[in-house]
Amino acid sequence: MIPVASSQSSSPLHFWGYFLDHRKQDLTWLWDHVYLSLIPVVIGLVIALPLGWLSRRYKWVYPPMVSVMGLLYTIPSIALFVLVPPLFGLKALDPKQVPIALTVYSVALLVRVVADGLASVPEDVTQAATAVGMGRLRRLFSVELPIAVPVIAAGLRVATVANVSLVAVAGTIGQENLGRLFDEGKQLSTTGPYYPPIVLGIVLCVLLALAFDLLIVFGTRLLTPWRRAVQGR
Amino acid sequence: MISEVISWLNDPSHWRDTRLMTGIPSQLEAHVRFSLIALAIALLIALPLGLLIGHTGRGTWLVSAANAIRALPTVGVLVLLVVLISPHYTGRTDVGFLIPTEIVLVLLAIPPILSNTVAGVQNVGPDVRDAALGMGMTGSEVLRKVELPCSLPLIFSGFRSATLQVIATATIASYVPLEGLGRFIYDGLAQQDFPQMIGGGVLVAALALLADLLLALIQRFVVSRGISGRFSRKVVVVGAPVSADVAQAELAAV
Repeated sequence: MIPVASSQSSSPLHFWGYFLDHRKQDLTWLWDHVYLSLIPVVIGLVIALPLGWLSRRYKWVYPPMVSVMGLLYTIPSIALFVLVPPLFGLKALDPKQVPIALTVYSVALLVRVVADGLASVPEDVTQAATAVGMGRLRRLFSVELPIAVPVIAAGLRVATVANVSLVAVAGTIGQENLGRLFDEGKQLSTTGPYYPPIVLGIVLCVLLALAFDLLIVFGTRLLTPWRRAVQGR
Repeated sequence: MISEVISWLNDPSHWRDTRLMTGIPSQLEAHVRFSLIALAIALLIALPLGLLIGHTGRGTWLVSAANAIRALPTVGVLVLLVVLISPHYTGRTDVGFLIPTEIVLVLLAIPPILSNTVAGVQNVGPDVRDAALGMGMTGSEVLRKVELPCSLPLIFSGFRSATLQVIATATIASYVPLEGLGRFIYDGLAQQDFPQMIGGGVLVAALALLADLLLALIQRFVVSRGISGRFSRKVVVVGAPVSADVAQAELAAV
């Protein structure tokens, strides 16, 4: 259903008025966009941590793991969206297809990041941890993972910002999110250009990407207090 | 559902042009054409620019500016440009959709090529550069004969990710609407013909994988073995007698 534009202005700068006119719908789409961008990255990280650890722990796992993940990342987003339902036994158009596809991308990106992050832990640090009597599991959680946080966070930033753009692509196949604003703008422009929903969609997507980016940068600072201590010296 | 998709892909009537629909080969050709045009333009802009920025060390802000473009939602920019440009082209032509699509594709392809080229040139060791200058090479010779070959692996990885981005986004261009393999996805969606929609997804994924494979093969032949470190085991052994097949391969290469 396309809401009829209540205001006459089709100027690109009228996007704020457009937002106020359709506030309820736009906020719903914004919220859908937020969780569609974030949840796949969180689930992706949870899956990528053991896989990344595995490819660091056993050297022979790393090359095939990186190749398979690279192959998954090669598949274009819109193709993966439509391929997920038959592979996961869903209906051809299912609200779950977008988060599943984005989780696949996030895992593909983060496995390598986690493995490289764990590899960035200096050898003498792990040896020191072993020397004070830490077991393998405790060493992983209290020494290696914290030190790998900056590398993993950099990967999370890339994955989240990419997701914001990819979720909008799912709007073109009718999934509910900010991408619907572009569809709306396209349909309202059949007689003459009508910019407000398109510009609003772009502005909200960029702001969302920026907010996620800042959130992760801030979270990284909180999780790595020792870096500030070193820099402040 | 999977068997219906396979039978859609196997249907010979989908592999030739009919009055009702354009066949898979024609759409593939259109898809590849849009992608190649965009990649050629992006390469012509980003490669010389990247080499220059990397060589002189000036204008690195351009790289950050190009990377900032990546935060824009591709679909949004595509729709915006289509709404902006297509009313100026009326009649039985797709130029009004082609121009905005190519602009978006070029904008997407430039950042990975540019930033990887700059990083590649800047990663060339100072000792290597000094050695080249010490041999009497001029600045442009150093760039062409030393820095460019040394940075080829990174340039290739940038070009490969640009290619994947372009193929993926050219699919979305079918939504604006334009020809290409994405036609099957969006037509299948509009007609509720899901085997066609998923079959289109299979074709797009196959095209992306094949393109990446092809570029990986080209990279093997273009990048010097001295840089990629890919030596035949037989040759690496110092002083070992060159076996007959290696000698033959070398003759064939000449």
